[in-house]
Amino acid sequence: MGERPIRVLVAKPGLDGHDRGAKVIARALRDAGMEVIYTGIRQTPEMIVEAAIQEDVDAILMSILSGAHMALFPRVMELLRENGVDDVLVAAGGILPDEDIPAIKEMGIKGCFGPGTSTETIIQFVKENVQPERLATEV
Amino acid sequence: MVTLIESEAPVATRYLAQLHQHAGKAHIIGITGSPGAGKSTLVSRLVRELRKREKKVAVVAVDPTSPFSGGAILGDRIRMLELSGDPNVFIRSMASRGSLGGLSASTRDVVRAMDAAGYDPIIIETVGTGQAEVEVMRTAQSVVVVVAPGMGDDIQAIKAGILEIADIFAVSKMDKPGAQQTVAELAMLLSLDPNRKKSSWRIPIVKTSALKESGLDELADRLQEHRTFLHESGMMETREQRQVQSELRALILQAVSHALTEAVSEDEWSSLIDKIIRRERDPYSVARELEARIGLQQS
Repeated sequence: MGERPIRVLVAKPGLDGHDRGAKVIARALRDAGMEVIYTGIRQTPEMIVEAAIQEDVDAILMSILSGAHMALFPRVMELLRENGVDDVLVAAGGILPDEDIPAIKEMGIKGCFGPGTSTETIIQFVKENVQPERLATEV
Repeated sequence: MVTLIESEAPVATRYLAQLHQHAGKAHIIGITGSPGAGKSTLVSRLVRELRKREKKVAVVAVDPTSPFSGGAILGDRIRMLELSGDPNVFIRSMASRGSLGGLSASTRDVVRAMDAAGYDPIIIETVGTGQAEVEVMRTAQSVVVVVAPGMGDDIQAIKAGILEIADIFAVSKMDKPGAQQTVAELAMLLSLDPNRKKSSWRIPIVKTSALKESGLDELADRLQEHRTFLHESGMMETREQRQVQSELRALILQAVSHALTEAVSEDEWSSLIDKIIRRERDPYSVARELEARIGLQQS
């Protein structure tokens, strides 16, 4: 008793406009009963963190295909820390070279999902990794 | 906090009861209209105009929840990107979570929290269904109905519900062909309204174009005038009474609905439903029985 829907922010940081993947994910999460805030392409880390705070999301999924992930992801994580956001699940998808993945995980980004990942895997990942205390409606 | 309210958590009610003391200062504006009429874009531009006037603005944007999965895609922020980075603008997306009438059940409470936090005005953007968004009337003080040109039949649909709830009409996309005609048709509809002469508030039609960034200052002015009018004419009190009444009713109905969920198990529901379908029982006596169980008097 007393669980609310999971709220997820799907965001595309950086300059590439390939948002098909992000839209597929957004749609799949919606169909899995989540509330998805989709903010579109060309988001700065500042915009992503601001949206995450105002919308009080449980998870942030970032998709990036431009290769700028090593510049943008650390900034997002830094801003989250600066704003005291420490209980939000962060995951990434898109074109992320294998050799970068350890460094990405090091930043606190829990999941990395490349092309070909089934939407089922991502739904499962979000459900299992969102902080359960966040979803409780009784204190 | 807003998350707790939206979840209708029991603890939120305690906070809200305290917040009630601090709320009541903000001008609450409802923006409604058909899907694609340009509500989000208009809201975004209106907020920018209000920011020029040094207002601290909150936006509550409601998008529909899927009745099948219970999930939702909340995309209103996409059209409000120009507002990001401004600490005096707070945007919150809400899913309608099964509620009809263009708002979610807890929108009113979220607005109350923002009101208490000192945001003024607070803009509520409804789900675009194009009809029966009367719910917004029970929460907002000034209602703006957005009408896009080139939807001839839309005017027909508007005749019924929406015409009565509008305090201000905003015709969007004035840069598009046919916009003047839409304005003319609206003006004609308004002139047909028999109550128009009785009321001292003449519903203005504001021509806006987000593309050309025109009409937004006028819209902000008209909203301000409407607020002044509400206060001076005593209409604000009437509206508040109506709003409190509908809120109390809603709270009581909610309690009844919760009590019913508590008192009747899923299994019992299905067995009762089965019996009614097989004509072993009738819906009226079953309803009576359940009413009595949750403590409602039998009449």
